[in-house]
Order: sequence, then structure tokens, then C-alpha cells
Amino acid sequence: MTTRDWLLEDSPSSRFQANAGRAYRVFTALLRNPLSVVGGVIILVLILTAIFAPWIAPYSAVGQDLANRLAPPSGTHWMGTDELGRDIFSRVIWGSQITLTIVGLVALISAPLGLLIGAIAGYFGGWVDRILMGFTDIFLSMPKLILALAFVAALGPGINNAIIAIAITSWPAYARIARAETMTIRHAEFISAVRLQGAGPIRIIVQHILPLCTSSMIVRVTLDMAGVILTAAGLGFIGLGAQPPLPEWGAMISRGRTFILDQWWVATMPGFAIIIVSLGFCFLGDGLRDVLDPKSEGK
Amino acid sequence: MSLEPQTTISPASISPTKRRWGRGISAILGFAATVFLTFLGLLAITFFIGRVIPIDPVLAVVGDRASKAVYEAARASMGLDQPLYIQFVQYVGNVLSGNFGMSVSTGRPVIDDISRFFPATLEMATIGIIIGVIIGVPLGVLAASRQGSWVDQIIRVVGLLGYSMPAFWLGLVGLALFYAKLRWVGGPGRLDVFYDGLVSPVTGLILVDSLIAGEYEIFWNAVSHLILPASVLGFFSLAYIARMTRSFMLDQLNQEFVTTARVKGVPERIVIWRHAFNPIRVPLITVIGLSYAGLLEGSVMIETVFSWPGIGNYLTTGLLNADMNAVLGSTLVIGAVFIFINKISDVLYRVLDPRAR
Amino acid sequence: MAPMLEVKNLRVSFPTHRGRVEVVKGISFDVGRERLGIVGESGSGKSMTGRAILKLIRKPGLVTADRMSFDGIDILSQNEKQMRSIRGARISMVMQDPKFSLNPVMTVGQQIAEALVTHEKLGRREVNERILAMLDAVRINDPKRVAGLYPHEVSGGMGQRVMIAMMLIPEPELLIADEPTSALDVSVQAQVLDIIDDLVTRKGMGLILISHDLNLVSRYCDRILVMNSGTVVEECAAGQLDKASHPYTRGLLAAMPTMNENRDELPVLDRTQWAGT
Repeated sequence: MTTRDWLLEDSPSSRFQANAGRAYRVFTALLRNPLSVVGGVIILVLILTAIFAPWIAPYSAVGQDLANRLAPPSGTHWMGTDELGRDIFSRVIWGSQITLTIVGLVALISAPLGLLIGAIAGYFGGWVDRILMGFTDIFLSMPKLILALAFVAALGPGINNAIIAIAITSWPAYARIARAETMTIRHAEFISAVRLQGAGPIRIIVQHILPLCTSSMIVRVTLDMAGVILTAAGLGFIGLGAQPPLPEWGAMISRGRTFILDQWWVATMPGFAIIIVSLGFCFLGDGLRDVLDPKSEGK
Repeated sequence: MSLEPQTTISPASISPTKRRWGRGISAILGFAATVFLTFLGLLAITFFIGRVIPIDPVLAVVGDRASKAVYEAARASMGLDQPLYIQFVQYVGNVLSGNFGMSVSTGRPVIDDISRFFPATLEMATIGIIIGVIIGVPLGVLAASRQGSWVDQIIRVVGLLGYSMPAFWLGLVGLALFYAKLRWVGGPGRLDVFYDGLVSPVTGLILVDSLIAGEYEIFWNAVSHLILPASVLGFFSLAYIARMTRSFMLDQLNQEFVTTARVKGVPERIVIWRHAFNPIRVPLITVIGLSYAGLLEGSVMIETVFSWPGIGNYLTTGLLNADMNAVLGSTLVIGAVFIFINKISDVLYRVLDPRAR
Repeated sequence: MAPMLEVKNLRVSFPTHRGRVEVVKGISFDVGRERLGIVGESGSGKSMTGRAILKLIRKPGLVTADRMSFDGIDILSQNEKQMRSIRGARISMVMQDPKFSLNPVMTVGQQIAEALVTHEKLGRREVNERILAMLDAVRINDPKRVAGLYPHEVSGGMGQRVMIAMMLIPEPELLIADEPTSALDVSVQAQVLDIIDDLVTRKGMGLILISHDLNLVSRYCDRILVMNSGTVVEECAAGQLDKASHPYTRGLLAAMPTMNENRDELPVLDRTQWAGT
């Protein structure tokens, strides 16, 4: 029996084999969609870049070289230099760490938060549901970016506060999804069976309901990541996100704004980095949705 | 910039049930209740942001260069010695009577500033949504009718670009290219400097005001300034509208009644527009409304780039000057308009769809 | 006389991730001005056959045949525009479920009118008269009122009669009825089929009745094709069904309960008998 046969077995003999088989099927289905392959490669490159930034970046992210300020793209400075003579390519490379941190932390804070709130509301129903979902709906109908701006204004500028503000404004969508999924499975036979065996609500929610919400959640989180990157960059652009001299892409564009007419590369180069990474998440998210959650297109 | 509204809509969710009058009335009451609660929620959030989060809200309002006397006066006038819930009631009362406090940066009441700046934002967002609809809807229909073809793929990528391009970046690049390099459009601001203040504001919308005054030269100057920022905004709504149109159309094109139309020998053009497109007009109105609300929000970034004297620019200026009253006032107004459009478009299809009648 | 519709070695296939799968595997039949029944279980390819005749199978589906001609016209070589003048006007199809096959946001009258004016240029008054006459022909009592209703306002049986009116109003020569009654209540099934039968016979049209119901097909048709997994396994006159020889048909017949019998157990299909053939 080859590994492939073992993975595609119709009646897996262990939970591990079932999970591995499912992962393999999702993976091969993703490979058939060229755009999601592109997306996956982009995100892989982003992660590798962030990890190996010290070795990839030819210059330091903060080292100034005033003699060489505002130099156009060339063989020595692939993306040119900024107003302090810093190598833009190196700053973009280092900036990938910041972007990855923001994306990762926002996902780590808001997805579990939304998941938990949605699952509790969906599982218990009644008043719990009404209060939690009323709260969620109020947040959902607020303009996200404006709210994030106002939060950062109150909390004070900085990358940590930007992450908190973005996370605060992005959990409600996940709560809605988790609630909808929970509602469909809470009356399923296997949940009753678990309950009959004496499992309490916490155990049922954590062990049996949450795992079933994950696939639609992964899709949604991936699709949302582009928005998170853009919001973070926007905060940086306005001057409320990462503070100089941190090489955050949005803040870099903001610095380059002054020189946009003559030294276009200062503002445009970090923009390309933002677009490519966001597109990567969009492509991968689209592909994942087609595979994991085909019914929800466009919703 | 992502302008994807969070509300979910789908034509499939419109159930073909008949509606009785009683249900209509209770639906309206329910709608009013949710709108009210959402506004209250918005007030609670802005109150929370303005009074609870800052370590010293007085400092946030008067700025850290204020003298001791100003500080004390502000503290007393803000009623900070009162318990929180009384402060909240006072806050709601103030907001409802249009008292948003004074702006530290302009020295005027925030409400005056906002009513002066809002029309500029409205003008830009409106032109933006018109561009988005005129281009986005046909693109979506085209993509759906050629599903899987290279046309569809290109439209899909264009749509995704709208989800992954920072609006402020696109604005900057547009300025560099179309204004600085090609000289096709006017630069930042609403008008060239020497036209400024020549037409008296009637509606606050320069396009309308200049036409009323018969100043066609100013009108065209305003157009040349407006077209680039509005197109940038329009691009983002286009991306969202085209994507939603495509997905609605695909839903419809897979329906049996579309096959029925083909069986009848109806030309494909009519199959697409009469049979597939007509049923989605109502949900599309919802999408367009949501997108419009999103543009009001998205204009914050664009206005910063184009020095557009709108509410978004006012908001960001307030942010940088620690002008909390200006920030919260703008947040409230943008939030309220956003919620209003959002909720209206949300219920619109239930009223307009013949299946719900 | 040459038959109206000739089909030779028709194949329909769809791509899946395991390569192309044929759902119709080379079937041949002729239809004259008669009533032909195509019976088979779901997935046997009978509906795909009906749609292939109208060239309604969209990409990535693929239709091939050695010959598929209608009234001397080679259907496979017709372009979309030429097909449109055949669809509706000369070959029409009654679809399965009026709940889904009628446009929910057009009135009944508008949808019938569309079928007519697509093929004939007529004045408004004439169109209205034809619609009312047609609705009357499908035994709708109050045609004026019904013409102004939306599909969700009519019952399933009435919806299917509207469907028949819509498909017959351009006076086609061949009608394909794809499971026309399987979505309806048993009580109105016979009525709908009687209307189809009556109109088809009166106008001397050809009929292809596609169904899973052997009984019903043998009652309303002259000739029967039995299909199973994409192939025709049996072809016989409706009256001779009891002499059917293929084990699949025999199995189907045996699995049908009859009024005056006393069997302990209804047999189920034993698929091993013909599998592998």
C-alpha cells in the first residue's frame, strides 16, 4: 500500500489517518487551482522572508547613509533608497516581520474570541444568544476602519495598540459564522450522544462544536487577512500604527509621500509589497473557500 | 482597502412567501428598534473611547499645553466628577442636541466643522459609487456569463486587486501619474487656488453650486479635481460590486428557469439580462447601498492623500492634533450615516422584491 | 418516411477529477409523430439525453453523436443562433418542477408571451388572445386572472399547466417532457399528463416522455426505451412490456407492487445479473 492509498482510504482506521487524508484531499484540490497555488507560494515566501530577514536583507533596516539619500533603484539598491539613505529593499524585507506579526496576532486574538462568543450564543440560544448577538450585530454595523482609528486615537499610537484596535473590530464576523455553524450542529445526533454520556456544555463546545467550525473559520480568516494588512498599513500611513524608524510598509509609504513627484520609488515600492502579500491571502482564501466551503461564495 | 460590508446577503435567501400586513408593521418596528439599539451602541462605543480609555480624558480634550485654569474648567464642564452612567446620559443628551464640543484645532464647534466638511465627502463618495456601479455591474455580469473563461479570470483578479490595494497608495500613484506627469487631472484639493471661494455655497456640493451660479469654468475645474479621487474610490466599490454581481448572477444562471428560457429559444442576451439579471436587481441595490456606506468610510484615507477638505481629512487632522472632540464627532457622524445606509439597504430588498409582496 | 428525430450513437460526458465520465454511452433511437417513453432510474442519463437533443448541455459537458438530426437538420452542426430558431419553435421541453423552472419575478402571462414573441412577430392584442386561448387549452379556468399572477402565487399543478402552455404556444413539432409530474401531488399527476397527451395527439406532435415511472410511461406512450447507466437496455412497444427480456427491465417490473396480489416481499433489483455486460 502506497502512502497515497493510505491517505485516500475510504474507511480510515484511525483518527490520524482520517485527518491526514482530509488534509491531503484539500491540498490536492488546492493544487488544481493555479491562483491558490500562487497565493500559497506568496504566503510561504512571506513567512520565509520574515524568518530569514537578517540573512536576506543586504543592508540594515535603520542604517542611514545620508550621502546616498533618495538614490533611484539600481544594482546596489534594488528599490532605491529613502530620504535618509536607507535601502528600501532591505526595509521592505524587514517589514515583512512586522506585517506577519500583525496578521498573526490579529488572527490569534480575534478568531478564537469570535469563535467562542458565536459558539456560546449558538449553543445556548435564548437570552444568551440574543444578548451576545445583539452586541455582535452592533459591532458589525460599525465602520471598521473608523472605529479602529478612534480606538488607536484613544489608546495612543503604536503597533501594539494598532493590533488591539484591529482585533477589536474584526471578531464579530467570526462570531456570526461560528453561531451559524453551531446552530446547525447543536441538535445533531452525535451531540445528543455526547450529552447522554454526561458531557457538560464546556466540553461539548470545546471538544465537539469548535473543531467543526474551524474549516469555515480558516476560510474567513484567510480572506480577512488582506483587509487586516490594509487597515494596519492605513494606520501606519496616518501615523498611528508602527512608529518610525520601524520599517512598517504603510508608514514607509507615508514617508515617501513627500517625494512622490520626483522620487516615486520611495512610496511605490512598499505599496507593491502590500499588494502582493494581500493578493496572496486573497488568492489562497478564495481557493480554500472553493475547496472547504463552496456554498458560501460571495457572502 | 477592503470595502466589504459585513452583512450577508444572497438572493437565494429570499423565500417566496406571501407577507401579511401585520408582519410588515412588526418588521418596521423591529427595524426601528435595531437601528435605535445600534445607534445607542455607537454612542456607547464613542463614549467609551472618549471618556474611559484615555488615562486623562481632560488632557485628551484640551491638549497637554493647556493651562491649569483651562484644565480645571474643562474638567468641571465635562462633569467628570459624576458617576459614569450619569456622564453617559449627559453625553447622549449633548450629542442629540448637536453639541459635540469644541474643536481644539479649528477653535469652532465640532458640529459646525462637520456640517461644513461633510458635503465634500458626500460629493466624492457619490461620484465614486456612480463610477463603481456603471463599471462594476456590467463587469460582474460579463464575468458570470463567461464563467471560467480568461475574461472571467481577468475580472476576478481586478476584483481581488480591489481587496488588496491600499487606497492611499493608489491615490498617491494616481497623483504622481495623472497629475504630476501627464497633467490630465487637477491636483489635490477641490478647486485650483484662484477659484477658491468664488461660488457661494448653497448645497456645499461644488458641482451643483457652480452650476447654480452658472460658473461653468469652475464646474469643469471642480470636475478635474474630483475625477481622480472619485475614480480611486470607485475602483474599490467596483471591485466589490463586480464580485457580488458575478456571484449573484452565477446563482441565477444555474437556476432551472434560466434553462426554461433557453428551451424557449430566447436569445442569450435576453436570458442574461431579463431572466438572470432582473431577479438580482433588488439584492444588488442592497450591495450598492452597503458599498456606498463603505465609500464614506474609505474616503478617510483618500481625503488624506488628496488634501480633500472633507470629514475624513478633518478626522485624521484631529487624530494627529489629539483633538478628541473632532475625532469622536467625525466618528459619530460617519458611523451614523454608515449604519443608516447599511440598515436601509438591508431592509430594502424585502420591500422591493415581488416575491415578498 | 424518415423519422422526425434520428439519434445515432449519442454520447454525453462531463469531466471530473478522475477524467471524463460518460453519462450517456452511445445510445440510438428514432422518434416519429408518436409518443416515445424513456424510462430509467435517476442517474441513468435519461434527462441528459433530452437536454442533448436541444443542445442545452453547457461546457464543460461534451456531446458527440454519429448522427443527430431533426427533420433533416443536423443538430450537431447548428450554431447557437440556428439552434434558437429550433428551440421552442420546433422542439420544446416541459421541465420537472414549476417551482424552480418558472421565473419568479415575471408574471405567468409575461413568460408565456415571451415564448410566443421570440418566434413570431405579433401584435399585442393577438398575443393576449393566444395566451388566453392557450391557458384555456391547458384547462385553466380563469385565464385572465392567472396570466397576471406570479409563479409563487399558483399551485404546483397549475404551475405545470402554465409550463405546458408556455412550451406549446409556439406550436412545436416535438415535445420533450422531462419528468413532468414527479414534483407534483399524485392527485394532479394524471390530470397534467392527460393534458399533455390530449394536446400532443390533437396537434399530431411527437412526444418524448422521460420518467422513472414504468407504469406511467407504459400508459401514455406507444414505445418505450429503458435506460440504465447511460445505455439503452430495452426497446419495445408499450403493450409488450411484459415480454421484456433484459434482466434490468424484468427486475423493475418485478419490483412494482400491483393491486391484487399477495407477495410476502417485494423483490429488489439484483444488479449482478447484468453488471459487466
